[in-house]
Amino acid sequence: MSEIREKVDVCVVGAGHAGCEAALACARLGLETVIFTVSVDSIALMPCNPNVGGSSKGHLVRELDALGGEMGKNIDKTFIQSKMLNVSKGPAVHSLRAQADKAEYSRAMRKVLESQERLTIKQAEVCELLWEDINSNEVHNNKSFTNKEQANDDSFNGKGLFDKRVIGVKTFTGAIYECKAVVLCTGTYLRARCLCGEAITYTGPNGLQAATHLTDSLKKMGIELRRFKTGTPARMDGRTIDYSKMEEQFGDERIVPFSFSTDPESIQKEQASCWLTYTNKATHDIIRANLDRSPIYAGIIEGTGPRYCPSIEDKVVKFAEKERHQVFLEPEGLHTHEMYVGGMSSSLPEDVQLAMYRTVPGLEHCKIVRNAYAIEYDCINAKQLNPSLEFKKIKGLFAGGQFNGSSGYEEAACQGLVAGINAAMEIQGRNFLVMDRSESYIGVLIDDLVTKDNREPYRMMTSRAEYRLLLRQDNADRRLRKKGYEIGLISEEEYQDLLCKEKLIELEIARLKETKVGANKEIQSFLERHESMSLKTAASLAELICRPELNYAMIEEIDSGRAEAYKTYCSMEQVRSRYLTADGKLSKEIIDQVEIEIKYEGYIVRQKRQVEQYKKLEKKMIPADLNYDDVPSLRLEARQKLKEFRPVSLGQASRISGVSPADVSVLHIYLERQQRNS
Amino acid sequence: MILKNDTIAAIATALSDSGIGIVRISGDKAIEIADSLIRSKSGKRMIASAKSHTIQYGFVIDDEGSKEFENSSEFSVSDFFRIVDEVMVSVFRAPKSYTKEDVVEINCHGGVLVTKKVLELVLRAGARLAEPGEFTKRAFLNGRIDLAEAEAVMDLIHSKNELAIKASTAQLRGDLSNKIRSLREEILYEIAFIESALDDPEHISLDGYPERLNEKCDHLIEEVQRLLDSAENGRMVKEGISTVILGKPNAGKSSLLNMILGQERAIVTDVAGTTRDALEEYVNLRGIHLNMIDTAGIRDTDDLVEKIGVEKARKYAMDADMILYVVDTSVALDENDKEILSMINGKKTIFLLNKSDLEQKVSENDILSLLRFVKDENQKDPTENNPTENNSTESISTESISTIKISTEKHSLKYGEMESDISMISTSAALGEGLDLLEKEIEKLFFHGDVKQNDQMMITNLRHKQELENAKNALLLVKKSLEDGMPEDFYSIDLMQAYASLGSIVGEEVGDDLVEEIFSKFCMGK
Repeated sequence: MSEIREKVDVCVVGAGHAGCEAALACARLGLETVIFTVSVDSIALMPCNPNVGGSSKGHLVRELDALGGEMGKNIDKTFIQSKMLNVSKGPAVHSLRAQADKAEYSRAMRKVLESQERLTIKQAEVCELLWEDINSNEVHNNKSFTNKEQANDDSFNGKGLFDKRVIGVKTFTGAIYECKAVVLCTGTYLRARCLCGEAITYTGPNGLQAATHLTDSLKKMGIELRRFKTGTPARMDGRTIDYSKMEEQFGDERIVPFSFSTDPESIQKEQASCWLTYTNKATHDIIRANLDRSPIYAGIIEGTGPRYCPSIEDKVVKFAEKERHQVFLEPEGLHTHEMYVGGMSSSLPEDVQLAMYRTVPGLEHCKIVRNAYAIEYDCINAKQLNPSLEFKKIKGLFAGGQFNGSSGYEEAACQGLVAGINAAMEIQGRNFLVMDRSESYIGVLIDDLVTKDNREPYRMMTSRAEYRLLLRQDNADRRLRKKGYEIGLISEEEYQDLLCKEKLIELEIARLKETKVGANKEIQSFLERHESMSLKTAASLAELICRPELNYAMIEEIDSGRAEAYKTYCSMEQVRSRYLTADGKLSKEIIDQVEIEIKYEGYIVRQKRQVEQYKKLEKKMIPADLNYDDVPSLRLEARQKLKEFRPVSLGQASRISGVSPADVSVLHIYLERQQRNS
Repeated sequence: MILKNDTIAAIATALSDSGIGIVRISGDKAIEIADSLIRSKSGKRMIASAKSHTIQYGFVIDDEGSKEFENSSEFSVSDFFRIVDEVMVSVFRAPKSYTKEDVVEINCHGGVLVTKKVLELVLRAGARLAEPGEFTKRAFLNGRIDLAEAEAVMDLIHSKNELAIKASTAQLRGDLSNKIRSLREEILYEIAFIESALDDPEHISLDGYPERLNEKCDHLIEEVQRLLDSAENGRMVKEGISTVILGKPNAGKSSLLNMILGQERAIVTDVAGTTRDALEEYVNLRGIHLNMIDTAGIRDTDDLVEKIGVEKARKYAMDADMILYVVDTSVALDENDKEILSMINGKKTIFLLNKSDLEQKVSENDILSLLRFVKDENQKDPTENNPTENNSTESISTESISTIKISTEKHSLKYGEMESDISMISTSAALGEGLDLLEKEIEKLFFHGDVKQNDQMMITNLRHKQELENAKNALLLVKKSLEDGMPEDFYSIDLMQAYASLGSIVGEEVGDDLVEEIFSKFCMGK
C-alpha cells in the first residue's frame, strides 16, 4: 500500500492565533513549513470575544509586532472600533484594544498565510507524532540565547536531557510528513467537549471537529496532559436588541495602530459602537434558582476554569453582594447582526440562558443565535518546557498557545511566534530567542508558564510584570525591534525606521536637558499663567516638563530653540518622514517618548537599577544535566522542586515556589565550585 | 534578592557581655560608610584616607544634629559629637580582604548594647544587614576561599539560615505576627484594588480613590510606627533599661544601688567622692531588667580624676533610658543640683528623695521649682549667647566655637516633656525603704504598669526593625506620589515594597498573593 510521504522542515499543528504566527515565522525564516488545521475555514478564528488587545494584552500584541509577528498588522486591517484604555492613568498601563470584524480577521490572516512563500496549508487532523530515541549524551547547547552576554559561558557546558527527537507527524488519513521540528498549537481542540447545561457535544469551539487522537500519541511520548476549561457567552441577533435602553460606547477619536509598521493616517475611519447594560436582581434570581442545572455546580465539568473571566453563575455566587454586573454588547462584524454578550458567559442550559438574558434591559426580546457554552480540553503543564518553548526531553518539539495552559488570543499568538522562531533557530543552529522578565511581557508570560505551577488557564495582567514602567506598550519597538531584526523577521526598512526614531528621541531629550531658561520676567509670567511655581534660579526645559502641571506642548512658547531644532531634524540625512508632521514638526510618536522619558525619569532609573540586580541571577546558567542529588545542603523540598522544574538559570530557580534564597545561595556556590573544578 | 553586590554589615563576634564586639562592613561603600561615622580624637574624618591593613584609633559618633568642625585642634571630638564608643578600626582595601571587597572592621569596647548601636548606625548610613553566611559566601564567590571549603560554606549558609529563622520567629510573638499579617492584608487589598482597576478599567473605577488611599496610608504608617516604637520597649525588655544613678557626692547613690542589688558591690563609705568612675550592674526588678550604672558624685571640683568621673556621668546620662536622681533631702539644694538637673535632659527620671529618716531640708516643690528654673535658663540661653549666628563659618574664632558648642548642646535639650516624665519617691537607703515604690514607678514610666502581663507587642530583632523602617518609608513614598498627583499605577509599586518588607518579617514571600487577591476580592472580566 502506498502512502503520502512528504519531507518538510517544520510542521505546525493547529492554525489558530498561535499556529499562524509559528508557521509564518518559520516560513519567513526560510523553512519549508506545513500548517495543519481541522478546517481551513477556521484559520485565525476568534471563537470567543470579538476583540484584540486590552489591558496588558495590548502590550503583548505590540511586542509581538515589534518582533515581526502578524497579529498587530492583521487587526489594523480589520478592526471596526479602537480604544486606548487607561489613558487617565500612567503611561505604563495605557493599553490598546480593538474590536475586530471576526470574519474579516480570519479571512485577512488566511490571505497572509496563503501568500507566504514556503508555507503550505493542509486541512487534516494530525493524530500522531513520529519520533525516535536519541543518545542522551547528545549535547544540548543551552548556551544559545539571543543575548550572548546572557549566557554565562563557563558554567554552561552541560549535556542535554533529550531522550527523544521528533521526526515527523502522521495525519488521520495516514499521510506522513517528515520534518525537523514540530510546533504544537492545538488550542482547545484536543479531546474537546462542549457543555451547554445537560447537553454535551464532543466538538471543538463553534461546533468544529475536535482532535481526538493526538493525546494518546503525546502520552506515549511521555508528555503529561491535564484538562482545563473555559467558556464563552451567547451571541444575539442584533435585530432583537433594544439599544435605546443601553449606553453607547464609542471608539477613540484618534486611532492608534497596533503595528509599528502601520501608518496611523491610513487607519483613521468610521467606527462601530459597543453597548453597555447591566444585569439585575431578576437575572441573579434565575441563575440562583437554576444552579443545580449548571454542569460546573453539578460537578459534571472536571476541568479547571479561569477565575478572571468567570461565568455569570460564578459572579453571582462569588460576589453575592453585587447587585448588578456590567454587560457589553459587542458587534461580531460589520456584515452580520450577531452581537457578543460580554460579561455573561455561561454553561447553564439553553432555556435558563434565554430566560436569564431576557431579564437584562434591552435584551427583553432577544433571540439567541449561538448559545453560551463551556469547553473542556487537554493541555499540558508548561513546566515540561524550556523557556525556548521546546520540550525539555524531546528535541525538535515546540509548543505554543492554549495547549501550554494559557488563555487569550494574544497570549497564544506570542507563544506561537516564540515557538516558531525557536524551532527555526534550532534547525538553523542559531541562538534561541529567550526574553527575560525585564525585557518584555512575553518574557513574563513564558517565564510564568514554565516556572510556576499554574492551576488555571493563564491570562496576562499588568500586575504580573515587575518592571512595567520599562515595559510600556509605547516603547515595545524600542525594546524589541532590534531582536526581530537580528532574527530576520523585521525588514531593513523597518529597522532603519527604528534607528531614526531613536536618534530623534535622543537628540530632543538632550536638547531639552541642555536648554536652560533663566528666572526672567517672561518665564515667571509663563509659569504664573500655568499655576506653576516661579523659578529662583535657571532651570532646564526638561526640569519644567517634569512638573505635573506642565508638558512638552505647553512649554513651546518659552522654548525659543525648538523651531530651529526641528529644522535641523528635517534636514538630517536618513530622517524618516513618518516621524515628522507635514509642517516639519516632530510627530506625536516621538514627542510622547520624549515626554515620558523626561517626566518619569526618576522612576525609570530606579526600575532600571532593580533590573540590573535581577539580571545578575538570570545570567547564572544551570547546566541542563545538573544532578541535584550531588548538591549538598539543599533542603529536601527544594531538591524535589528543582528536579521537577530543571530551571535554566539561578534566576528561574529563585522563582520556583519552595526554593528559598538560601537554597539558591547553596546552588550558586555549588555551580561556582563545578566551574572552578573544570 | 541574593546576589546584590551592595554593602553589607553585621556583628561578626558572638554577642556576649565580655570583651570586644566587632562590626564588620563589606562592599563598595564600606569605607565611605565607616568614614562618615568615625572621627579621630580631634574630630576629624580619618577612615577614607587610612591605608589598607592598618588599624586606627577613633570614636564612633552619632552625628544627628551635630555640627562638624574639621579644623579644630584644641578641642576634642567629644566637644562636637555625641560619642557612641571608643573604637579600633581595621581597614582592608579590596582585593586583599576576607571578601575581596573593601572591608572595615570596627572593634567596639562598650559591650553588647554599644556594639548593636554601632551596627544600627552603620545600617542607617547605607549598609544592608548581611544575610546569614553572606560574608563567607562573598568570600567564596570572589575566589577568596578555596574549593575544599565550598561545601562547608554551603552547610554554613543553611545551618545559619535555619538558626536565624528559628531565632527570628521565636522572637516574633503570635500577636505580633498576627498584627503584621493583618497590616499586610490591608496593603494587599489596596494593591489588588488598584491592579484590578488597571486590568479591567471598564468594570472597576478609581474615581475618588486617591483620597481614600491617602487616609489608608496614614493609618498604616501609624500602625507601623507603633510597632517601631515598640522596638524601643522591646529592646529594653530584652536587654534591660539602661539606668543611670546621678546625685551629689554622698547623697547615697551607692547605698541605693546596693539596696536594689541586695548585695554590697559598690564601695560605700561616708567619705564624699568614693565612687570615682562608674559601676555597672544588672538587676531584675519585678521582671524588668535594669542595667544600672552608678556614677561618681557630681560636684564642682579641681580633682582631675573626679572631673573625668563627672564628665563620664554626663555622657552616661545622655545615653540612658532612665535616670535615678538621688537627692539627699537633709542637705539644701545648691549649684551642683542645678548641674545635675541640666543633665537629665528630658529623660525619664525618678527623683529619689533619700534620707527620709533624717531632718528634711528639701521638699518636692523645691526640686520642681529648681527644675523649672534650670529649664527657663536654658531656654533663654541660646539666643543670648550666640552672637555668631549670622557669621560665616570661616570667621569663627576659637572663643566663639566654644560658645556655639554650648548653645548647640542646649538647643537639643527637651524640657517640654520633662514634667510628665518624672516622678518622686521618698526612700531611705539606710533603712531599705521605698524599694517597692521604686519598682512600681519604673513600671509606670515604661510599661504603663503592664510589665507582668507583658502583653505589649514588641519588636526586638534588628532585622525586623529594619524591615519595618523599609515598610514605613515605602508607605511615605506612596503618600509622596499621591501628593505629586502621580497616576494610580505608581502607587502600587511602593505599596508592593511595603508588602514585601512586612512579609520578610513574618517569613512570607510575595509569590502569587496578588493575583489570588485580585480574583478573590474583585469581580473581573468577560
